[in-house]
Order: sequence, then C-alpha cells, then structure tokens
Amino acid sequence: MSKFKKNGSKGMPAISTASLPDIVFMLLFFFMVTTVMRETTLFVSVVTPKATEIKKMEKKSLVSYIYIGAPVKRMQTSYGTAARIQLNDAFAEVGEIQEFIATEREAKDEKEIPYMTTSIKADETVKMGIITDVKQELRKANALKINYSTRKGEY
Amino acid sequence: MASKRRGLPEINAGSMADIAFLLLIFFLVTTTMDVDTGISRKLPPMPEADQPEDDSQINARNIYVVLINSNNQLLVEGELMDVSQLREGAKRFINNNGVRQDLSENPEKAIISLQNDRGTAYKTYIRVQNELAAAYNELRNESALTKHGERFIDLNKSQQKEIKKLFPQKISEAEPKNIGGDS
Repeated sequence: MSKFKKNGSKGMPAISTASLPDIVFMLLFFFMVTTVMRETTLFVSVVTPKATEIKKMEKKSLVSYIYIGAPVKRMQTSYGTAARIQLNDAFAEVGEIQEFIATEREAKDEKEIPYMTTSIKADETVKMGIITDVKQELRKANALKINYSTRKGEY
Repeated sequence: MASKRRGLPEINAGSMADIAFLLLIFFLVTTTMDVDTGISRKLPPMPEADQPEDDSQINARNIYVVLINSNNQLLVEGELMDVSQLREGAKRFINNNGVRQDLSENPEKAIISLQNDRGTAYKTYIRVQNELAAAYNELRNESALTKHGERFIDLNKSQQKEIKKLFPQKISEAEPKNIGGDS
C-alpha cells in the first residue's frame, strides 16, 4: 500500500498543452485555405426557387454559372430593374453566351468538356422568355448539360 | 527581488488554444460551404437543318401534354389543372400500363411534353419540373420497394439502372413558341 502511496504522492504531472494552439492553428489554416470565397460579385439579385427533387452538383470546377435576375439596388440607376444576365463579372447580352461557353471550354482539359455543366442561377421572379433564350443559346453552343439551381424546401 | 531570483515566470499559453479555437469557430460558422443543388436536365441538341421532324411516329396516348401559359396556369391533356395535382396526374399517366385507353401504354413509352410561354414565371416552371421529377422519383421508389424491399437511393448501381430503365425519365420540351400572347 505504502509503495503505491509514495508513487502517487507526487500527483499526475500536468500534460503540456503548449502544442494545442499549434494543432488548432493548423486546423484554422486548413479551413482558411480550403474554403473558396465567392469569386464573382453578383450584380443581379438572385433568390433561387425552391424544389424538393434536387441533386447535389458534383465537380464544381466543371461548372459554369449564368446568373439571371434584376440588377441589385445600387446598379438600378444605370441598368434599370428589368431582368439581366450576368456572366463572370459583368452584365451580358444573350448573344454573348456562346462566346462565354467557348472561353470556359478553352480553360478546361479536352477530356473534361463532355462533363461540363452550365448552372442557371435565376431569380424566381424572372420570366421564362429570358431563360428560353439562354437555353437556346446553350443549345447552339452545344452545352447541353444544364442545372437549374434551386434551394431545398417544400412549397 | 524575490521574483528576480525565480527568473522570468513562464507565460501561461493555455489560453492561446482558446483564442485559436475562437478563430476556428468563427471561420467554420462564417464560411458557407455553398453546396450547389439543383434540378439537372439535358437539353436536346439543335435540330439539323436537313433533318425532318418525326414526332408523328409516337402514339398520341403516350404523350402527356403539359402547357403553362403566361398567367402561370396549367393545361394538362386539354384540361385546366392545379400544380398540386400534377404529380398524381403524371404518376397515373406513366404507370397506366395500358389500362386506360387515353393514358400511356407502359412507363417506357410514356413521354411528358412540356411547353411554356415566354411570360411564364420561372418559379412556376421549376415547380412543374419539380413535380414531374417527383412523379418519376416516387414511381422508381415504389418499384424499388416492391422489387428489392429497399428505397431507390439505397440500391446499388446496377439495380438502380434496372429500375431507371423501367421508368425512363422522358421529359421533352418543345421548341419555344409563343402560346399565350407576348408579355
């Protein structure tokens, strides 16, 4: 008994937590590096419609985005309130879509081109006319895989 | 004097972890992973100039015509219908298996034809697309449950393929037209 007591009288040595910050910082840096900030500033306000039968988009690097919606408040003075298309960082006309798809394709590997998807991020209030025009342009550009971006939600 | 004898006291680094955790949690919360979700569709290729249209081969009973006008009203098979009933209607049509004369012969032959006006709201269009996708998903699920006793998403690839073959999702969108006036 006394043998054990002697041993325990010193108490457990405190575990050094000095390296804990390092571990946490490592995690912190990991998150800071991996989280991609939104690359494009949106000039159009987009609230995607709700849907229940949704699928996750795979291979984000192969997705090109087309934003459609009314210009945001600060842009309304110069661009009005009618729904417009935004490609990358600027407003665009319907006719520029083919060119946009072509530049997107150039940046990718040839093997990846068939897997490229175009995501249409349109506001729920826009009319189908503009969407139909966009779809026709995509057909002409032979970018047939599309995705209507939606939020998850019940009606 | 006493402190000098002891030497500089060690700075307690224990709270450093707390600070780092605080930062970590801040980043975890603020960065939205922004998972992109949506309804995937495949557009038909542009028709070739010399290619004649060959819709005439499809029996009229195998086509389920869904029209959406600029007032966001639905005309399904010639009758006005509410969007909430579309799922049931589409399911009845697809899974008819030749029972009713005016509905499809079998799910493989069933085609849903969707046509919208330029004035249709995108929201309504997505709702309709969603309901049609839901109809197919429910049918596939029901078939998976009776055949394998599992939900469709829990099946393996080949089983899924088999059921997808039984219920191919054929949603055809007609070449754009102006049905219900300009807007």
